[in-house]
Amino acid sequence: MRRKLILYAVLCVLCVPFVFPTWWMITTSMKPISEVFDFSLIPQVWDLSSYARVFEMQPFGQQYLNSLYIAAVVTAGTMAVAAMAGYAFARIRFPGQNVLFVVVLVGLLIPSEVTIVPLFQMFNRLGLINTHWPLIVVPILGAPSVLATFIMRQFFLTLPGELEEAARVDGLGRFGTFYRVALPLARPALGAVAIFTFLHSWNLYLEPIVYLSTPDMFTLPQALTQFVDAYGGPLWNVQLAAASMTAVPILVVFVLAQRHFIEGLAHTGLKG
Amino acid sequence: MAVLTAAKAGSRSASRFWTVRRRDNLVGYLLIAPQLAGSVLFVLLPLALVGWFSLNEWNVLAGTFEYVGLDNYARLAADPALRDSLTATAIFSAGLVTLNLTLALLLAVLLNQKLRGTVVFRALFFSPVLVSLVAWTIVWQFLLQPNGGINALFGGGPNWLRGSGTAMLSVIVVQVIKNVGLNMVLFLAALQGVPKQLYEAAQLDGAGAWTRFRRITVPLISPTILLTSIITVVGSLQVFAQIAVLTQGGPGTSTTVLVYYLYQQAFPFHHFGYGATISVLLFLIVGALTLVQWRMRRKWVHLET
Repeated sequence: MRRKLILYAVLCVLCVPFVFPTWWMITTSMKPISEVFDFSLIPQVWDLSSYARVFEMQPFGQQYLNSLYIAAVVTAGTMAVAAMAGYAFARIRFPGQNVLFVVVLVGLLIPSEVTIVPLFQMFNRLGLINTHWPLIVVPILGAPSVLATFIMRQFFLTLPGELEEAARVDGLGRFGTFYRVALPLARPALGAVAIFTFLHSWNLYLEPIVYLSTPDMFTLPQALTQFVDAYGGPLWNVQLAAASMTAVPILVVFVLAQRHFIEGLAHTGLKG
Repeated sequence: MAVLTAAKAGSRSASRFWTVRRRDNLVGYLLIAPQLAGSVLFVLLPLALVGWFSLNEWNVLAGTFEYVGLDNYARLAADPALRDSLTATAIFSAGLVTLNLTLALLLAVLLNQKLRGTVVFRALFFSPVLVSLVAWTIVWQFLLQPNGGINALFGGGPNWLRGSGTAMLSVIVVQVIKNVGLNMVLFLAALQGVPKQLYEAAQLDGAGAWTRFRRITVPLISPTILLTSIITVVGSLQVFAQIAVLTQGGPGTSTTVLVYYLYQQAFPFHHFGYGATISVLLFLIVGALTLVQWRMRRKWVHLET
C-alpha cells in the first residue's frame, strides 16, 4: 500500500513538465496582456481578445486551411502509395524485387534536410516555389513515405499464405486479392501510418519556411512565429492563442481515441 | 458458333501469354511504381545533385555556377564555424539521446507496475508528442523568459535562452519532454512481452529488483533499445524548428547544430554550393552512425528473432 502511494506520488511529480506547458499555453492565451507574466494557474480576468487578434494579424483561417488540407492529402496519398508498394514487396515475387526494394529503402537512411538544397532548386526550376506542391508531392512519394511503405510491408509479411490461396480459388486476381482481402485486414497498420503521416505533415517546419514566402500560403507552424510587434518581440498572448488553436483539436482527438493512438503506434508502428 | 470458338481461341492464346506469373509480375510492378518513381525523383536524384552542387561554386546574385572541384570541402575543413557546429551537434545529440532513453525507460518501468490509472498517466506523458512542434516550442520560449513561468516556479533563475550553457540545456530538455513519450510507448510494449515467470524464478533465487532489471529486463528488451536508440540518434541530428524558434543558434554559435548551419548557409545566405557540401557531411555522419549502431547489434543485442 505504501509502495503504491509512493509510486503515485512519483508519477504525479513526473507528470508536471508534460502537462504544465500545455495548461500554461491555453490559460495564458486567455489572460489580458497585463496579466501574462503573472504566475497564476487560471486567469484572474478572462480575456479572449487575443483570439480575435490572431485573425486580424494573419490570414489565420486560410493558414489553418492550408495546413489541414495539405496534411489530409499527404495522409491519404501516403496510405495509398505505401499500402500498394508494401503489399507488392511483401507478397508478390517478381524479377528485380530485391534490388528495387533496396533502392526504395535508401530513403529511410536519408534525413530530409540532406536533400533540401537540391529539392529547392528542382522546384525552383519548375516554377513551383511559393506553392504547396513541394509540401504535398515530396512527402507522398519521397523519403517520408518510405517509412510507411516499410511498416506496411512488415505488416503484410505476417498475413498467412492460405488467405491468398483462398482468394485465388474464389476467382480473385492479384489486384483483387490485394484490394478486397489484404487491404481490409491491414486497417491497424494503416491507422498507425495515418497518424504518423498526419503529425509529420502538421509539424513540418523547415520545408514550409524554405518553400513558402507569402502569408496566405503559410502553414500553421510557420504562421505561429509571425505574431510579433514592430520590433520583432513576440506578442505572447496572441502567439499562445494561435498555438492553442493548433494544438487543442489534435489533443481532443487524442483524448477520444487514446488507446487506439498509442497501441496502434506501439504494436503495428515500429515493431518487427 | 464460329465467332464463339474464335473468341474462345483468342482468349486462350491471350491467357497463354498472360500466365498467372506474368500477370503477377505486372501487378507487382504497377503497385510499386509510384513509390519507386518517387524514390528516384525525390531521393536518388537530389542525392546525386547534392553531390554535384558540392563540387561547384554557385553565386546566385551573379548567376554563375562554376566547377571548383573539392574547394568547398577544403573550405569546410578550414571553417572555424564548422568546428563550433559539430561540437554543438555532438553535445546536443549526446545529451538528448542519453536523457531521452533513460527517461523513456524509467517511465515505461513505472507504468508497467500493476497499478490502477496507469492508462491516464501514459496518456499524459504521451500528450506532448501530439502538440504541434512549433506550438510546444513557443510555449517553452515563453516559460523560459527571465520573468517567465519556470523562474517564477523556482523563485528566480537565469535567462535560460541567453546563457551559453543554459541555452543548450534548455533546447535538450524541451525536446526530450516533447518526444520521450514515443520511446516510452515502444519500451512499454517491449516490457509487456517479457515473460513473468522469469521474474518469479529470479525472485525465488533471491535476485533483487536491480539485478532482475539488469539481468532479465535489459537483455530481453535490447532489440527495442537498439531500435529506439537508432531512431533517437538520427532524429537528434535533424533538430531544426526548436533551434530556429528558441535560440536561432545562439548565444554566439553555442546551439548552431549542423542542420541549422546548413539552413543558414543555403537559404538566408544563398550559399547553395557550400550548403550542399554541409549536406554531404550530414549525410555521411548519419550513415556512419547508423552503420556503427547496426554493427553493435551483434555485440549487445541479446535476442534477435
